Amino acid sequence: MRDSVTHSLVDIRGLKIGATVFAPGEKPRDIEIVHGVDLTLEKGKVLGLIGESGAGKSTIGLSTLAYGRGGIKITGGEIFINGEDILKDSTSDLRNLRGRKVTYVSQSAAASFNPSKRLMDQIVESCLSHGLCSRKDAERRAIRLFEKLGLPEPETFGNRYPHQVSGGQLQRAMTAMALCPEPDLVIFDEPTTALDVTTQIDVLASIKEAIRETGVGAIYITHDLAVVAQVSDHIMVLQHGRMVEYGTTDQIINNPCEDYTRALVSIRSTIHDETPSRGQPVLKLENVSARYRGLNFDVVKNVSVEIHPSQTLAVVGESGSGKSTLARVMTGLLPARDGTITFNGDILPTALEDRSKEQLRELQMIYQMADVAMNPRQTIETIIGRPLEFYFGMKGAEKRARVVELLDEIELGEGFLKRYPAELSGGQKQRVCIARALAAKPRLIICDEVTSALDPLVADGILKLLLNLQEIEQVSYLFITHDIATVRAIADMIAVMYQGNVVRYGAKSKVLSPPFDDYTDLLLSSVPDMRLGWLEDVISTRKMDSAGN
Amino acid sequence: MMRIPLSALIGLTVTAFFFALAVFAPLVAPYGIGEIVGDVWEPMSAQHWLGTDNIGRDLLTRMIYGARTTIFIASAATLLSFTLGTSLALAAVVLGGWVDMALSRFVDLIMTIPTLIFALVVLSVMPASILILIVLMGLLDTTRVYRLARAVAVDINVMDYVEAARLRGEGTRWIVLREILPNALSPLVAELGLRFIFMVLFVSTLSFLGLGITPPETDWGAIVKENKEGLVYGIPAALAPAVAIATLAISVNLVADWVLNRTASLKGGRNA
Repeated sequence: MRDSVTHSLVDIRGLKIGATVFAPGEKPRDIEIVHGVDLTLEKGKVLGLIGESGAGKSTIGLSTLAYGRGGIKITGGEIFINGEDILKDSTSDLRNLRGRKVTYVSQSAAASFNPSKRLMDQIVESCLSHGLCSRKDAERRAIRLFEKLGLPEPETFGNRYPHQVSGGQLQRAMTAMALCPEPDLVIFDEPTTALDVTTQIDVLASIKEAIRETGVGAIYITHDLAVVAQVSDHIMVLQHGRMVEYGTTDQIINNPCEDYTRALVSIRSTIHDETPSRGQPVLKLENVSARYRGLNFDVVKNVSVEIHPSQTLAVVGESGSGKSTLARVMTGLLPARDGTITFNGDILPTALEDRSKEQLRELQMIYQMADVAMNPRQTIETIIGRPLEFYFGMKGAEKRARVVELLDEIELGEGFLKRYPAELSGGQKQRVCIARALAAKPRLIICDEVTSALDPLVADGILKLLLNLQEIEQVSYLFITHDIATVRAIADMIAVMYQGNVVRYGAKSKVLSPPFDDYTDLLLSSVPDMRLGWLEDVISTRKMDSAGN
Repeated sequence: MMRIPLSALIGLTVTAFFFALAVFAPLVAPYGIGEIVGDVWEPMSAQHWLGTDNIGRDLLTRMIYGARTTIFIASAATLLSFTLGTSLALAAVVLGGWVDMALSRFVDLIMTIPTLIFALVVLSVMPASILILIVLMGLLDTTRVYRLARAVAVDINVMDYVEAARLRGEGTRWIVLREILPNALSPLVAELGLRFIFMVLFVSTLSFLGLGITPPETDWGAIVKENKEGLVYGIPAALAPAVAIATLAISVNLVADWVLNRTASLKGGRNA
């Protein structure tokens, strides 16, 4: 045995990582994405890496396997695992490192498992290929891990195929796969990001438990500070490939030194005061039900809600709760099977084709993925200008002046007129979509998860913009989201949806204060709090199991 | 000034050269198309750059006039198949339902019949004329263009921006011409170059079999047919059309590649 006692588990010094960018129609060029990061991790400890997309968190995580995704090269620095510089390792040494000493848990378990092999075969694979133990022993280890991770029927769980278990269970199966060869270090790359909040909590708790029991070292990568606060001992904040701040979890959460960290910590604290309902409702749904063709059950069941002028109704629920379908029903893309929709006091035809141009104009929509909500072949001027031309017959200079005005309102300015969507960042794209909706001078805008695909700080900016615009334009929003923090920030009224039903509906202050029904309680309690020990508190006080189990 | 990569420049030059020959054939050809100017299968010389053919006509002249027919028919047929195939495919996708079903199944049906056999049958009962050749080849190829264009358009049709246009209340015209077509163009342009070459090969095949171009007109396929016996005696006259087809195929695709690269850029072809 080598003198491993004196070595840290991971010791990264001056790590630089570069990549080659191949943009269509341009010459390939090299860029640096990580600019000299130092990092140490002791055995059995958990380090949280946190930052926005593009901060280099995953790239750094993968570098501990001496690996870079397509086109990524480690250009400088040293990486020691147990005192051994892995960048100098030969291919066979690396083979010994990967999947044995260091293992990896990816964000999307569904995309990482082979759909045509049983879970057990895939989980014991690395033990067997490294010749660590017999198949029997490996399976015994796996079953023990299933137990630790709280998976149902641990003895037979491994006989299932990936599609036969839920998303949360699959993510835990992947954790079992990573822990099975008893590695020294596990890289968790956003393991709970793709899960619903109520499922995330179970996965988080089981990962934490497994780390504690096996005494493995871990690097936990996420963009959600509240999540990482629950599992890690130390946190490193990254931005644009540079370290911003490093400290113990307690220090980062309760006593951040840098402005950027402070912004991340306070992100979920914007709270918007409730606007009371007044006047005739803009949109009123009465006992609306809808189903997709070919289904023999309703996806939206008997929903009745109202939206008043200049108000925001937030529709909250997990994936599959029917909230996006509800939006499709309102827009007429999926005609309601039953019930009536009243818009501005008039009955709104259920099907899109039967609605008048005026009705279409007054009801606009903003999508989750701004990338695909804009035609990539049109300039920003065309995208925002089209509703002006289409609804108001504006042309030439008049149209352009109004587009510029709208660009100013979304804080972008005239310079964007001639740009194409591909030349914009995620937040800018979403702003353009907002401007396009506003151009029609609507009375109601349906916002379908408009901030979910954005980084927290950018999302915060979009929410503030939406609130500002509401005051200027006197528009109502129907805000569909799975994120309670967003709801707190923007809503006046809330409808909680669960399996197609509205289980709780009313003013924000009422819906968010006790007494709760079981589902709302589960949903609210599952939203990670920015404090230590939150996870343990919640697990011990929950009334209902999450839908994922 | 736009920067054109070397490969595209070569492709453009050669393609333009071929098209120029085709257009100005009577002006550039050294002799008349049917004029007998020498012995049978004379070798290359200063008078006859490519030698003479099986009855002593100047081969270069024959090749130039052949290019005229071949390129004209292939271009016209490609144009027909792309216009028709793309319009039908976009109509099928946007209208959906039974229109899509009927069109797609009909196209499937036509595609089950081997193209060459189909063409042979039709041409043996119809009078052989250039117009009929063009229409026949264009229609047969429409099925392939339709399949590609439909596959591409189906993907685009479900994009949120197309849905946004529908929610705005846009008509079918705008959705097809402004939302779907511009985004479907790149793969179609790439296919255009390829299909043009297939057309050249197709018309040559038909002529070689004696069903395409009939004398006194000629095309590259007919030249191969006339001179194929010479190969046995080591006379390379039949290879001239083959070299011409290969050169044209490569240069057209070099151009198509370049156009594809430019249209694939989502920044309006502008280099950042």
